[in-house]
Amino acid sequence: MIYYITSIALILIGMYAVLVKKNLIKMIIGLSLVDGGLHLLFIAIGYVDNKTAPIFSKESLTAADMVDPIPQALVLTAIVIGLAVTAVALAIIIRLYDHHKTLNVNKIRELKW
Amino acid sequence: MRKIITFLFLAILGYYMVNLMNQIPFGEDRMNVGRYYLENTVSETGSVNTVTSIVVSYRGFDTLGEVTVLFLAATGLGAILFDKRGKKRRKQHASSLVRTTSKLLYPLIVLLGAYVFVHGHLTPGGGFQGGAIIATGVLMMYMSYRKFETNHKALTIIESVAGLTFITLGMTGLILGQTFLENFLPLGTPNTLLSAGIIPIIYSAVGFKVGAELTGVLDTLLKTIR
Amino acid sequence: MSDALVILIPLLAVVLVAAAIYAVRQKDLLLAVIGTSIVSLILSVLFFMLQAPDVALTEAAIGVALTTIIFIITIKKTTRYEE
Repeated sequence: MIYYITSIALILIGMYAVLVKKNLIKMIIGLSLVDGGLHLLFIAIGYVDNKTAPIFSKESLTAADMVDPIPQALVLTAIVIGLAVTAVALAIIIRLYDHHKTLNVNKIRELKW
Repeated sequence: MRKIITFLFLAILGYYMVNLMNQIPFGEDRMNVGRYYLENTVSETGSVNTVTSIVVSYRGFDTLGEVTVLFLAATGLGAILFDKRGKKRRKQHASSLVRTTSKLLYPLIVLLGAYVFVHGHLTPGGGFQGGAIIATGVLMMYMSYRKFETNHKALTIIESVAGLTFITLGMTGLILGQTFLENFLPLGTPNTLLSAGIIPIIYSAVGFKVGAELTGVLDTLLKTIR
Repeated sequence: MSDALVILIPLLAVVLVAAAIYAVRQKDLLLAVIGTSIVSLILSVLFFMLQAPDVALTEAAIGVALTTIIFIITIKKTTRYEE
């Protein structure tokens, strides 16, 4: 149960950073925290008590004493795609800074007209 | 004012999420499809790592999509940060302790990355983990030496050949009259290195591709520092 | 052995939430990025406690090393302090 509360806290802290903060890099840090909280929530839903990791390394392990392998496969893909999105977002931020000379979202909106 | 509305919204969201999580008890056995994958993975695919057989064999098409997303991200990054003024030089060496240690550790880190993606069907690991480890080793060499360069042409050739290997193996399954990405090589005995059909070959191709891509991304980013 | 785990997991959860709050409230962006990498490190340990070794290895290799270096290069090319 403590895993659920920790992951929900991480999601809410990340969403607070995206909604309130005005610096663009802080918003990307918030998105990265939301990603981490979601992955923890998925793996915590797929956990079964007193079972072990889904690898048949010895002959004595059967399929009846392993945790759920499907959320682990989904989260594996999600971590790599989170890295790709963060990298492209930060490249766009570097170009924005070259053009506007500031990273404050209020000032970038003003400079349009 | 904005902060108060945000706190209220987040409090309501948190309350409903905790209520929802109370209806999913922690640690209960809820598997339906997972049980089928766990019972049939050694006899159908031959690999003892269930997560690897799900990622490469049962849902291999999603892995093809993920490799495409990574390729597009690396290309987009290179296109956004394109600099017409040419390369810039880094300024100073690190100290001699860092230089000696990184020269000793660099082949060991690349060997560890290659071990992780070759043994993906036996131990925890696989292509994405091995590629990230190789990229971290190359980053360490970039940070220590002023004149360390990687060959851009060689990286592009490695990445393209690895991607073509993945697609060719999938198409071979289609040409032989079965489905795309079908396991057509003999399965062998489980828990040995040469087992599980085409799974180690596909994961090695993915490991090479991800390692070369992430090294190219780091190279692009580090060269634009003034 | 399981007595140590009963104390360890809530302790790690408290340090995780404290590091996340520190990363969001800090005005020096370099320290905020180090807070993010501490969050990734503790997440990797929690994934191992939930019997998922593949995911722990991926989060440790990608979240700790590569995300931090991309953030630090961006901070070097833009401002360091949030105004």
